Amino acid sequence: MSHPERPGSGPAGSLTVPPAPQGKSGESLAAFAARHGLTQSSARPPLGQYIRKVWDRRHFIWTFASSKRAAMYTSSKLGQIWQVLTPLLNAGVYFVIFGLLLELHKGIDDYVPWLITGVFVFTFTQRSVTTSAKAVGGHLSLVRALHFPRASLPLAYTAVELQQLLISLVVLVALVLACGVAPAATWLLLVPVILLQLMFNVGLSMIVARLGAFTRDITQLLPFVLRTWLYVSGVIFPVASLANRSETVRDNPWIMNLMEANPGFVYVELARQAMIPSYVAQNDPQVAMANPSLLWMYAGAWALVVFVGGFYWFYRAEERYGRG
Amino acid sequence: MAEIQEQARPVAPPPVVIDYTRQPIVVVDDLHIVYKVYGAAREKSSGATALARVLRRKDRPQTTTVHAVKGVSFVAYKGDAIGVIGTNGSGKSTLLKAIAGLLPPHTGGVYTDGQPSLLGVGAALMKDLTGERNIVLGCLAVGMTPEEVKAKYQSIVQFAGLRKGFIKYPMRTYSSGMGARLRFAIASARTHDVLLIDEALATGDAKFRKRSKAKIEQLRKDAGAVFLVAHQLDVVEETCNRVLWLDDGRLVMDGEPKEVIAAYNEAINK
Repeated sequence: MSHPERPGSGPAGSLTVPPAPQGKSGESLAAFAARHGLTQSSARPPLGQYIRKVWDRRHFIWTFASSKRAAMYTSSKLGQIWQVLTPLLNAGVYFVIFGLLLELHKGIDDYVPWLITGVFVFTFTQRSVTTSAKAVGGHLSLVRALHFPRASLPLAYTAVELQQLLISLVVLVALVLACGVAPAATWLLLVPVILLQLMFNVGLSMIVARLGAFTRDITQLLPFVLRTWLYVSGVIFPVASLANRSETVRDNPWIMNLMEANPGFVYVELARQAMIPSYVAQNDPQVAMANPSLLWMYAGAWALVVFVGGFYWFYRAEERYGRG
Repeated sequence: MAEIQEQARPVAPPPVVIDYTRQPIVVVDDLHIVYKVYGAAREKSSGATALARVLRRKDRPQTTTVHAVKGVSFVAYKGDAIGVIGTNGSGKSTLLKAIAGLLPPHTGGVYTDGQPSLLGVGAALMKDLTGERNIVLGCLAVGMTPEEVKAKYQSIVQFAGLRKGFIKYPMRTYSSGMGARLRFAIASARTHDVLLIDEALATGDAKFRKRSKAKIEQLRKDAGAVFLVAHQLDVVEETCNRVLWLDDGRLVMDGEPKEVIAAYNEAINK
């Protein structure tokens, strides 16, 4: 709090100060202000105007994101290399545990590219959500000092992760090529996949940012939610293989349907189908691919609903951010 | 401090006399600001009591409401440079934030012409980045377009007057005075209708104070108004044409700098 704190200054309800005497003419201050065209600020602008304000701030959002990313690693020796190293190490850990030790890769020919694609794509959503929980709560001094549409903050945080993803994608392409996968025209499908995922992430970041602004506890809870989400999204092992492993899943087909509608799975799966032709060509029931047209439908629907809903929900609390 | 409060409480706030010959730019009408503070300990709490509280869906006991501004009224006119003085915790910063529209009034109102802006660009800067990058970031944060930033960049560097080469160093290597210069330079690069300055000039040296005084003078001439919160009374006296004295969220005096500062000095030295 940068405000003076005076616990002893009386309860909120006791507004017993006598009203200040007004000017001699008897005109109230409010009327005097209105006559000179002065207006009260601190109200929430209408939605259309708000969207225009966010658009006007696009340069700030992007620069804020780049600056944040540049500042993130200034104190470490390897510096910006960590941006590439972190997702790689993550994929390495999963490869050793789930691929080598638990042998969950059965039936997938190109397990390494399959795994890395999944990890990189899912990390985009995961990190957008984790960091956005603090987008407003972590910048209270900024929110309390300057006027700008607050949606700029979660947007900037998603932009940081987008920039990070673009770097990761270069590494991904290099690795996939190194693993012997030939470049294919379907790689271009990655562009719409990432765009839809970006929309979804922005919406989700807005939701999490509003939650995090008023309930700080969310930052403690999120890692568990996201880890669970990682496991059920088929990032590490194919979702289809669950039907053979678990009787509960086999007896209740709706669990499978639900898992295939899960946005985490949808974007990861679409990215894989785009990147790895051999994965599309295989017909092992253990790895059975989800129906692409259904996936695209899910991808579009999730992106649209979460983006619009999340933005609107965040906007609804615009004037309350930074007050708590 | 206790003496001031005892002396100030019974005194009714000074009457607001409207000067009809001048153009008002900020009107504050019987303003009350109340806000919640988290983390203020009131009772001993353990995990068990916290859990019980969550289950009962009660507000956290650490939340305290603070009544920071209690019925302040005044009118500021175009061309005013108003100093706000008072002891720590008298509600000066809160009043400024309310004028800026960043804290909504509990009751009463703040009416302004245009959007007052707080000289608070410091919150947008990142200490691990160079001065150069921070100028761009800060300018965009206060709402400039990239073209404006390009146009103003040189004059900002010049006004900040950092020692040679420092503009290429991370801001964490700056002294507090250098940081303050850069922040003031960025914030004052834009034209403001109403500029609110909170303690920003405290750490500058004599040369910088002289420059910032000239800048404030220029802002006043551009028919805006400037509010200045400061503890160095000499700074207030030499830059302002009017002073508000706040105590415990109430307006004690509103008038000529010399008069108000003399009365304030008398009260604190009692």
